[in-house]
Amino acid sequence: MKTIRTVFRKEVIDNFRDRRTLLTALIMGPLFGPILFAFVMNLAVERSLSSDGEVLELPVIGAANAPNLIGFLRSENIDVVEGPATREAAIEAVSSGEHDVVIVIPETFGEDLSAMIPATVELVSDQANNQAERDARRARRALQAYARELAAMRLTVRGVSPLVMRPLNIDEVDVSTPSGRSAVLLGMLSYFFIFALLTGGMNLAIDATAGERERGSLEPLLCLPVKRDHLIYGKILAACLFMGISLSLSLTCFHFALKFLPLVELGMTPNFGPIVVLTAFLLLLPFALVGASLMTLVASFTKSFKEAQTWVSVVLLAPTLPILIVSILMIRPSTALMFVPSLSQHLLLVGLIRNEPLNTLHVAVSVGGTLFIGAVLTWICARLYRREGLLG
Amino acid sequence: MIAVDGLHKTFGTVRALRGVSFEAQDGRITGLLGPNGAGKSTTLRILYTVMKPDSGNATIDGVDVVADELGARSRIGTLPHSAGLYPHLSARENILYYARLYGIDAQLAEERVEKVIGQLGIGDFADRRTKGFSQGQRTKVALARSLVHQPQNIILDEPSNGLDVMSTRALRELIMDLKTAGRCVLFSSHVMQEVAALCDEIVIIAAGKVALHASADGIRSATGCEDLEEAFVKAIHMVEPAP
Repeated sequence: MKTIRTVFRKEVIDNFRDRRTLLTALIMGPLFGPILFAFVMNLAVERSLSSDGEVLELPVIGAANAPNLIGFLRSENIDVVEGPATREAAIEAVSSGEHDVVIVIPETFGEDLSAMIPATVELVSDQANNQAERDARRARRALQAYARELAAMRLTVRGVSPLVMRPLNIDEVDVSTPSGRSAVLLGMLSYFFIFALLTGGMNLAIDATAGERERGSLEPLLCLPVKRDHLIYGKILAACLFMGISLSLSLTCFHFALKFLPLVELGMTPNFGPIVVLTAFLLLLPFALVGASLMTLVASFTKSFKEAQTWVSVVLLAPTLPILIVSILMIRPSTALMFVPSLSQHLLLVGLIRNEPLNTLHVAVSVGGTLFIGAVLTWICARLYRREGLLG
Repeated sequence: MIAVDGLHKTFGTVRALRGVSFEAQDGRITGLLGPNGAGKSTTLRILYTVMKPDSGNATIDGVDVVADELGARSRIGTLPHSAGLYPHLSARENILYYARLYGIDAQLAEERVEKVIGQLGIGDFADRRTKGFSQGQRTKVALARSLVHQPQNIILDEPSNGLDVMSTRALRELIMDLKTAGRCVLFSSHVMQEVAALCDEIVIIAAGKVALHASADGIRSATGCEDLEEAFVKAIHMVEPAP
């Protein structure tokens, strides 16, 4: 016990002085996720929110052929401007990206309308270009609205109620709650947290074997009259502490980052208050033992710090795999899935953000199973530390 | 006292040790001398228990290194071939860490560290972080670290490697002091002059076997060579015929 404490304390002091560890554990890991997420989300949210309110500049060829239509478009907050000279020039301009969308109104438009022949309006756009499609969709919607209005007028003139054109009245009832809607989005967060947690202890885990060996401090350490198991336990515990710090920083950063996101305007109430943060921390923490021991295990097979970093990076990605599979297959949480580390934490976290009551059995299996697997991995690390070949 | 009896060790197809036996007494300095790859480090590594012999046994003060690893380790202070320090800790913290791992209580450990810092003359840089230390400073700290628990037996693997003249001389004085204090000092080297100047007993080891075990004079008479270097070469060829 005393040995474990001595090793633990030394590792903590040593690593708090190591700029590389501090950078990854306290800055890169915790901040990388929230900043990236907030930036991307803010961009996406702002784009989708702002488009309808903004004036759409729409180049039109032959505006003079349809003054009423142009008037209608103007009332829809669309600013009609003079388009390219010809239809060919319009196609050229759209495919080159100069314009997102161009409307071509032929000279026969007015005649066709009064003759009750469907009047052609050409809408030139690049449907493969998502960005441009948004403006095209808006122009298309405006044209369709104009067509509906005309149709209704024609029917009214003939003494028919416009309602005959609407045999169905489709009314959508959405039962999703604001926090449920945000869960879809925030469910992706669990990996950011696991990533932050793992990066926090990465350098310590590598240092336990590959680092000590490279520095030449492993051999004198093994000459000391202490059980080697205790050395490795102390080191893994210190890695767990750094992982815990990194995780709590990451959670706190997200808590604040979400305040700056206009999620409410998207109909989402992010359920990420202090209590959720604390619960998430406690649910995720057992994974630190799995992460620390797994990375120590992987690092112990490598010859140098650099080589260890390469292999340990693979461990950073490993937890995404079960999360990804379950997300794609849309599997509901079950007790069996709670035995899988990283996946169980992800599922519990999603439930937590959805504001669903925590399933006590699931929590118990997740915590117990994860700690058990972590203990087994730690035991294997200790076995490896006893090997003669450890010195390399 | 360190006793080694019939050690054998094989790495894959390489037979590193082929029956090494010798004794190192308390109050005497025993030098393990041999060319590179003769088996010096392997022998020492078995003594400080990071390796196990295939056969044969070794005892430290009568404690078997295989049967009671911890007991054997607690009776020795070791300066292994690679004696890296923790660069983010100061020299004092490096030594204190080991003192605590040797099981010395916090307060006593501080005293012992202070004492060993004085003994080895590292007071000037004791509170600096060891990152950027010279080879000599490094070796001194590593040595202090292995002496902090005042072990009866001291095992040094090529301690003078990379040291300048002044540091080598200081190391020599320290080893003499340890001898006077009645300790058992065992160290390895491949430099005949160094061993001859310091050792009471010389164990010449070549190709995994002990070629000769005698005092410097004993080696001279056994080989019939007045020049020690000549004697060393001749002794090696006793087990490993010249090509």
